[in-house]
Amino acid sequence: MNERQRLGRIRAHLERRALIFESVRSFFRSAGFTEIETPLRTPAVAPESQIVPFESEGWYLSTSPELYMKRLLAAGYDRIFQISRCFRKGERGRWHNPEFALLEWYRKGGNHLDMIADTEQLVGAVARSLGMGHTLPYQGRRIDLSPPWPLFPIRSLFREIVGWDPLVVDDPVRFDTDLVTRIIPALPPERPAVLTDYPASMASLARLSAADPASAERAEVFIGGLEIANAFSELTDPGEQRERFSKENEEIRRQGRRPPPDPHPFLEALPYLPPSGGIALGMDRLVMLFCDAASIDEVMAFPHEWA
Amino acid sequence: MAIDIGDVHKNSKLLINGVPYNVDEMEFMKPGKGRAVYRLRLRSLIDGVGIDMTYHSGDRVEEAPVTTCEMQYLYKEDDQYIFMNSQTFEQHPLSDKAIGDNKYYLKEGVTVTGMMLGDTLIGITPPTFIELTAVQVAVSTKTDTHTAQMKTAVMETGLTVGVPSFVTEGDIIKIDTRTGTYVERTGKKR
Repeated sequence: MNERQRLGRIRAHLERRALIFESVRSFFRSAGFTEIETPLRTPAVAPESQIVPFESEGWYLSTSPELYMKRLLAAGYDRIFQISRCFRKGERGRWHNPEFALLEWYRKGGNHLDMIADTEQLVGAVARSLGMGHTLPYQGRRIDLSPPWPLFPIRSLFREIVGWDPLVVDDPVRFDTDLVTRIIPALPPERPAVLTDYPASMASLARLSAADPASAERAEVFIGGLEIANAFSELTDPGEQRERFSKENEEIRRQGRRPPPDPHPFLEALPYLPPSGGIALGMDRLVMLFCDAASIDEVMAFPHEWA
Repeated sequence: MAIDIGDVHKNSKLLINGVPYNVDEMEFMKPGKGRAVYRLRLRSLIDGVGIDMTYHSGDRVEEAPVTTCEMQYLYKEDDQYIFMNSQTFEQHPLSDKAIGDNKYYLKEGVTVTGMMLGDTLIGITPPTFIELTAVQVAVSTKTDTHTAQMKTAVMETGLTVGVPSFVTEGDIIKIDTRTGTYVERTGKKR
């Protein structure tokens, strides 16, 4: 297959992609959100041991706009969204491209479940804009998108399917392996699934649950087996944030990599960050769902090997 | 040589417990904030047996020193097939078991692609098309010439193929080695 044939074959997907981006923007505009742009090239990224950034003349290509979005929240911007390009080294597969489109939005006063409620509305609005009802045909299944989407607390899901409790046993390697190889394939195929109450060690930038500090206020949306979005009740405690960053840096060093410099402006803004909810949604995967595409390559004009 | 799992791709050759494998399929899966999980479907380059393996980001795997070269089939001795590297003229044996059904495509002097693991020949790929002489052809049972009647024929190498009814003993037949099927009659042995 040459480039002209390839681009001809995915043309309908790219046209649909453009419509989806348009309806996402109009959804947020009518909900009172402001569209923001933040730097793609940045002096510091959030240290995340499982995400490898590309370096650029001593700076980095953005791995996510999260830190900038929170600096805006801290300055009083209360409803903001952004569709940006993100770059993550080595992430390539049927659902991954090293450069991809990420949608993030934040709500002052919201929590992780408010962000899931937004996502239900957003996905419904996109479906309507494409002339579809609540049923999404994807890879031979019919997925019922009507809200509310069922919640699956991590603890009961793991106990039931793989027979261990990740809130008691802290084993991130086993967690990630079981999650992708056994838990996700076992989720009910005909409905979106929202995984909630992640182990505290997998909190990332989410705050710990007040009710159960062994778990974090983090929720992930899966549709048709695809991980679509990751929501947090944002961590606002500067002390705890510094501690988590230094843990990540330690792990980055252990892997033989050089940690990024501390993101000082973010850390300085953190004391002003009001309680907020935030979420990141993979736009390419959302387009995959609405195009019934099995691979991310079918919804991108120029994926990695064709760039 | 040990390489990072992130540098493995489809059709990489890996050495696991001394056995060389081809990476037939590779699935990259990664929870948003979690470790990458690589699921590999591997096929042994020795006996074709498939296995599934799971790796994580940061794992290192052994790359198999597999190379290919042009080889000429010389002769068979006991249960060994003897091939010669067309460039170095070194001779390498391949066992009856390792060669499998490819033995039906070997005529003395035919050029094949050899797969080497270090200095050892571990497999061959015959040319896509070869010509063989039919040595035994079933008698056509029907006289209806309007439909394509196929019958079986045995080639000089022992290969059995379905051929059209007009093929007779001594005909030279072109065969697609990927499918083991008849392509056309190209001549008759004199």
